[in-house]
Amino acid sequence: MAARDMMPAFELLQPATVEDALALLKRRDKDGWVLAGGMDSLDWFKDRIKRPKAVVELGRIGALRGIRARGADLEIGAMTTLTEVERDATLRERYGLLAQAARRVATPQIRNRGTLGGNVCQDARCWYYRAGLPCYRAGGNTCYADTPTAINREHCLFEADRCVAVSPSDTAPALIALDARFVVRHAGGEKEVPAEEFFIGPKTDITRMTILQPGDLLTAIRLPAAWANAKSYFEKAADRNAWDFPLVNVAAAMKIEGGTIRQARIAVGGVAPRPLRLKAVEESLLGEQPGKEAAEVAAKAAVWGARPLNHNQYKIPLLANLVKRAVRSMA
Amino acid sequence: MAAYKLIGKDFLPPDVIGKVTGRAKFAEDFRAEGMVFAKLLRSPMPHGLVRRVDAAQALAMKGVLGILTAADLPKVTAPAEPILTSEPLYVGEPILAIAAVDETTAADALDRVKVELEPLPFVLDPLESLRPGGANARTEGNVAAPNLKLQTLKWSARDFTAVREGELPRGKPAEEWHYGDIEAGFRQADLVIEESFITQALAHHAMEPRSALAYWQGGKLFLHGSTQSLAFSIPPLTRILGIEPANLHYVSENTGGGFGSKAAAYTQMAIPAFFAKKLGRPVMLRVSREEEHDFGRSRPGFQGWVKLGFRKDGRLLAADLYIVQSGGPYGAVNDFRNAGRHVSLVYQPLAMRWRGMPVLTNTPPRSAQRSPGETQTSIAMDPVIDKAARKLGLDRVAIRHINAPRSDGTIGPKREPLTSSFLPEALELGAAQFDWAAKQALSGKRTGSKVTGLGVGIGYHAAGNSGFDGLVLIRPDGKLYIHAGAGNLGTYSYAATARAAAEALGMPWERCEIVYGGTGRHVPWTCIQAGSNTTFTITRTNHVAAMDARRKLQEIAAREVGGEPAAFEVGGGRVFLKAEPAKGLAFAEAAQRAIALGGKYSGQELPKDLNPMTARSAAALAGQGLMGVAKDTLPRNGVIPGFCAGYALVEVDVETGQVEIKEYLGVADCGTVIHPKNLGNQILGGAVQGFGMALLEKHVYDPKYGIPATRGLATSKPPTYLDVPVNMRWAAVGKPDPQNPVGAKGAGEPPEGAAAAAVLCAISDALGGAHFGRSPLTCDIVLNAVEGRPQPFKPLDTNI
Repeated sequence: MAARDMMPAFELLQPATVEDALALLKRRDKDGWVLAGGMDSLDWFKDRIKRPKAVVELGRIGALRGIRARGADLEIGAMTTLTEVERDATLRERYGLLAQAARRVATPQIRNRGTLGGNVCQDARCWYYRAGLPCYRAGGNTCYADTPTAINREHCLFEADRCVAVSPSDTAPALIALDARFVVRHAGGEKEVPAEEFFIGPKTDITRMTILQPGDLLTAIRLPAAWANAKSYFEKAADRNAWDFPLVNVAAAMKIEGGTIRQARIAVGGVAPRPLRLKAVEESLLGEQPGKEAAEVAAKAAVWGARPLNHNQYKIPLLANLVKRAVRSMA
Repeated sequence: MAAYKLIGKDFLPPDVIGKVTGRAKFAEDFRAEGMVFAKLLRSPMPHGLVRRVDAAQALAMKGVLGILTAADLPKVTAPAEPILTSEPLYVGEPILAIAAVDETTAADALDRVKVELEPLPFVLDPLESLRPGGANARTEGNVAAPNLKLQTLKWSARDFTAVREGELPRGKPAEEWHYGDIEAGFRQADLVIEESFITQALAHHAMEPRSALAYWQGGKLFLHGSTQSLAFSIPPLTRILGIEPANLHYVSENTGGGFGSKAAAYTQMAIPAFFAKKLGRPVMLRVSREEEHDFGRSRPGFQGWVKLGFRKDGRLLAADLYIVQSGGPYGAVNDFRNAGRHVSLVYQPLAMRWRGMPVLTNTPPRSAQRSPGETQTSIAMDPVIDKAARKLGLDRVAIRHINAPRSDGTIGPKREPLTSSFLPEALELGAAQFDWAAKQALSGKRTGSKVTGLGVGIGYHAAGNSGFDGLVLIRPDGKLYIHAGAGNLGTYSYAATARAAAEALGMPWERCEIVYGGTGRHVPWTCIQAGSNTTFTITRTNHVAAMDARRKLQEIAAREVGGEPAAFEVGGGRVFLKAEPAKGLAFAEAAQRAIALGGKYSGQELPKDLNPMTARSAAALAGQGLMGVAKDTLPRNGVIPGFCAGYALVEVDVETGQVEIKEYLGVADCGTVIHPKNLGNQILGGAVQGFGMALLEKHVYDPKYGIPATRGLATSKPPTYLDVPVNMRWAAVGKPDPQNPVGAKGAGEPPEGAAAAAVLCAISDALGGAHFGRSPLTCDIVLNAVEGRPQPFKPLDTNI
């Protein structure tokens, strides 16, 4: 195999404004690569697997950083670091779910560099794909992780479609549970999409994890006032307590009045190629007391339709139990 | 116990400040005029044959200086490991190297090298290779080990069908031994249990990858490398390089860990050496983390079976052990043999049989890793001992205590004696400090989703050697220079052992210098800096060298002051008349006299029994002061056992399968404690490595393609700071070993197995005695067990 751990040369572009960045991305089209904190990109570069001709680095665009009020909502610039997300006082107070999720990402060093935008845009972590094998997702014509003997302990339970990789983000389920909006800009304008629509599965496009097309830029994430101070729960099950991707993670936000669940949003990661909103679970909870019984029903509903691979059957009880805990915690 | 001034006291080893400030230099921090960089082309497949190499395009690139292939290098005889290969035997094995003015160019050049590889059959699971018609890891055979020739051995279909599903098949072994009558032992036993087990193979993950810089000057090779040992690395290194030891100037001031993977020498160091010769320029090979994971060695996994017969009081009457070892492609490990010795020692069975089958696999090359063989055996045996204790209604510490060797215990088929064993005392001290008896009430207690479990484990390794040389010099500046041939691999034992010389001469530590870091520092022939050998072995050599200096000081003082040499005492940097301490000489004056006297006093005449390396070093230092130099001929009879008893309290989350280690205590039997702070680092550091083995780390391969899923720290998952308990403690028995001048034995190896076994036993304890027979116990395995789901693999499946 060729050398790894050695970054090939590329043209580095460091625009100072979003407009310049968009213009550069438009001009470079498919040759361009957006670099945020680099915690995903640099791995690809150093492994010499992804070799963009031009890299547009966003670190100099001040407008992309910071957490600010936007009316009653809160807006987080896409280049805000995960450490900032984890520590911001307003966020912790009003959207503790996201701060908690950010705190469970990787390690302090990685959170100091890694950004919220980067965390939700990161690529699949399937080890076959990351090894540089020519799988479907890499433009080839097979899935190495879905053979009778494949090592797929970390792969998906739901929505397999030629690819069985999972969404590795810890913040994505939290953002879906909080009904966040993702602001996507391109040379032609801006659109705001609900968090759950930002992420796509292989059925939509096997080579991408999100709706972002060449030329697009995720500039900010908006948290709606409607879900501020909701009761919430986040848990990540991983092999290690730091420097690890989730085997399964769960994020839940609920509005409870008089001991009854009036609204509920639950999303999970690590079980499908995209972070999955568990609508059947949410529905099962409406009008219920957040006790043991509701938790049992929610746990069962969470794993409906799960189709395990060889080595990931444990994810079924793990997912069920995490959802159960999320519901129980609301009591 | 002797009253020591230095032994047993904390001190600051001289390299610590450099490591904290960043000034310490490791191999890749050095530069040489005209230096160029080499990069490696590695095998993408687990076994193949290089049919053709076309490097024309690469060599035509600007800045590219040359290529090195197996054809440029000495041939080796199978199963020895070549420096570069034309028949790669594992993914990541170096096939060729390209040198260029910088690494980017070298890497770009590698992209342009065309290598035609013919895939060959490969083996990841040893049992598959033993099946009739099963593939061999090498074209020449499938079984090899040190002193066991490379050969093809297969078991019959009957061997495989004679056992239950999940039980280790037991065909004819490559080796076996026994003592006593095991069948009689099993007949007399009140309880007979048998279990099959599997332990994982895993990488060493030394923090410093094995980078090296080499250049040639005046017919001599100057090599900056990363090895655990210093002196002991020279013979194997010069054998690989094909040069005389006198023609190697080797520098290794600091080594960023090895855990056995850099014990002496390894083939990759020779790549820049040969390349530098070919190009006539200094060559640096910086090894990346992924490369270190690929070829930086790993611990062999075991597939095994054990049958144990106990008397109702817990005494082990008979043991029958079978080990199949995944030996990598070169099979250069004794782990499978050490397993038998471990059981024979730790449980003192009255009768025992051991059988072993070291199978070759197309996986990273193996080497010793912290308690090689013994750590795997702790992991395999301790849970079985627990199972027996439960069936016999015995306390789990008590069953270990009744079987543990006392100092009259023995080891191996020849029932060799021990220098000392205070394992029973270590178990007792641990039980007391851990509050084992009172904590039993917590066993199996559930709070929310978390269930508490307690475990105890025993780690062992033969921890010492003898017969090496010591070399000290008192210079006219009045200081004591202790020349250390041990390497500085990060354990600081090179420094702690130097204190034995200072202690013997009553020398204040601030007037001592440790001379270390390279052959240019004139070091004595010294044992391998691995396997917990240094402490026992080098306190002896430094002691005998210091005693030689002491005799010479007394003789010089007698000459100067008058009287018999025996009338003089040494201490505080002086040699003086016992009866009249004011009369005497300062060491500075004695050193001047020694230089004037010459002969043996200043190293012009040397003892005849010195190793040639020591003689060369002493000759280079001759005439510069008063020399103490001697071979360690102190009596020694027996194996020097280092032990550690580990105690763990864990919480198992039965809803996620996750295990949290809440509390850990490690208790060493390492004889006299010579450097408490550092001993603590070893006991607890070893424990962290053990936690990784119990819960997290492993080699994983795709069975179809033979490619590794784990290729570095992120995917192999050694424990992080947040995965180890805050509550970690250590203690030591502290009883001196009678065959060491300061009573010390090795300590660094046993803590890993003790901790790993204690954690695995604690998990079983939390789950009502559930027996897994496997490591590591990742959360998926635990959760499946708790949920009563079948595991997605067969009991003896490897690499999953």
